[in-house]
Amino acid sequence: MLHAFVNSIDPYFLQILVNIGIGIILALGLNIITGLTGQLSLGHAAFMSVGAFTGALLTLKTGTPFYLNLLLSGLFSAAVAALIGWPILRLTGDYLAICTLGFAEIVKVVFLNLEITNKALGLTVPTPTSALPMPVIVLMVAILAIVASVLIQNSRFGRALKAIRDDEIAAESVGINIARYKVQSFAVSAFMAGVGGCLYAHFLGYINPSDFGFLKSIDMLSMVVLGGLGSIPGAVFGASILSAAPEFLRFMSQYRMLVYGALLVFLMVFRPNGLLGGVNLTDLVLRKLGIRRHGATRNQEWSQ
Amino acid sequence: MTALLKLDNATIRFDGLVAVNGVDLEIEKGEILALIGPNGAGKSTIFNLITGIYPPTEGGISFNGKSIAGLPPYVIAGGGIGRTFQNIRLFKELTVLENVLIGAHTRGRWDLTGALLKLLPQVRREEGRLLKLAIHCLTQVGLAHKAYEQACNLPYGEQRRLEIARALAIEPVLILLDEPAAGMNPQEKRTLLEMVRNIRAAGVTVFLVEHDMKFVMGLSDRIAVLDYGVKIAEGRPEEVRANPAVIEAYLGKGTMR
Repeated sequence: MLHAFVNSIDPYFLQILVNIGIGIILALGLNIITGLTGQLSLGHAAFMSVGAFTGALLTLKTGTPFYLNLLLSGLFSAAVAALIGWPILRLTGDYLAICTLGFAEIVKVVFLNLEITNKALGLTVPTPTSALPMPVIVLMVAILAIVASVLIQNSRFGRALKAIRDDEIAAESVGINIARYKVQSFAVSAFMAGVGGCLYAHFLGYINPSDFGFLKSIDMLSMVVLGGLGSIPGAVFGASILSAAPEFLRFMSQYRMLVYGALLVFLMVFRPNGLLGGVNLTDLVLRKLGIRRHGATRNQEWSQ
Repeated sequence: MTALLKLDNATIRFDGLVAVNGVDLEIEKGEILALIGPNGAGKSTIFNLITGIYPPTEGGISFNGKSIAGLPPYVIAGGGIGRTFQNIRLFKELTVLENVLIGAHTRGRWDLTGALLKLLPQVRREEGRLLKLAIHCLTQVGLAHKAYEQACNLPYGEQRRLEIARALAIEPVLILLDEPAAGMNPQEKRTLLEMVRNIRAAGVTVFLVEHDMKFVMGLSDRIAVLDYGVKIAEGRPEEVRANPAVIEAYLGKGTMR
């Protein structure tokens, strides 16, 4: 029944929807290391690539169930991130960004030359014969990613990450092991990128190492920055707009990337913190509904 | 009585500059010790040595009888030494409450799994416990009514107090206060004085660096004086005040009065 329903939707529209869903997963993943922990990664497409190829190869070579592949792609990506993160997360700012950039290039070149990834020809991936249609799976994973992000942000773990972002010296002075939390954050971030990559591979049916180059990393970063670094609704919003924009701007044919670029420039000039940066959505909604009048009401709960 | 914190010939050199030179210092459990000295004497550097931001070039530092020299800052903090900074270092983007909750980091243990399994009773109990501790610390510095304000929106004096609350949230044995009264008005200083006395009364040993002499003399049990990285005097406030070497360090040599 679900299959019939999904099949009745316009495939072009469905494709945009799936792109948005995958975009949300990728953006939320990047948001954890760059938005929440404040460590700029310019090579996040590499983890997407690792996840995509892991998932594709598992499907092609072992025939393990798709859901397991999805999980394993994420875990393998996370393991790679932990391995590479241990040495490079000691660096800060520009140095870290350049390192992640270099790492992504290495992953791309290695995959372009490995026999198992079929070199520059890429891999054709069969659509999984799972119980649920792909668009539904993507949607579910995207929702899971949102829930996980919210849970992480409001936990002891998330607070430690935010502390590192705001002031590393102060964070250490209250007993936070910076190196450990950075690596964990990087691994969680890569896990989500890996899962996103695996979904991408199985939905599209074809992957090529060159798909996951520098431009893909920048795409992901643009989504997070557009919505507002560190903001979960922002990442969802940014991913939705930027995943759909190239399609909606298609009528402009050659000019669409020009407009897309100009949109980004204008946004950064007029809203440097991103569309939803510094906006507390729950607070805003509650206030609009008249449930919470202003910040002070919450403050009063604690004063004696 | 054995000392809670002991500096033994602590020395640190930055290339040619000897910022702290062979300082011996002992802090007894439950006392308020002040470290004073002219600007650039190396007071904050001593704090940075104790908290592990710099390892000492020479000499030893022991806390509760165990050597802590060369340990990373987060281990030392976890061992029960809280601190504030001369140039306030709050998590500016976060709320007052979050700042203190982060201070309570070492009082909890649930990490990523705890974040994802938030509904587990153990995790909820821990969050509740940390929240209670944070509110208690905020109440101690009189900031509980500002829990949900953003830290960077607080006035200067309250930011200093918030830093103290954050340091208290690690439930320290020893708290290091780096110029807590700097930039405060007389009224705020009186409140702060009371606050520090209460912190000591709660069983926390206090070691502070401060420039305000009236504040230091009224608060401290003992005072140590640092000049050019060398300890030149140590004793009760009235002894230190009368010490010729101290007067010379602050006012220069010459005929007095």
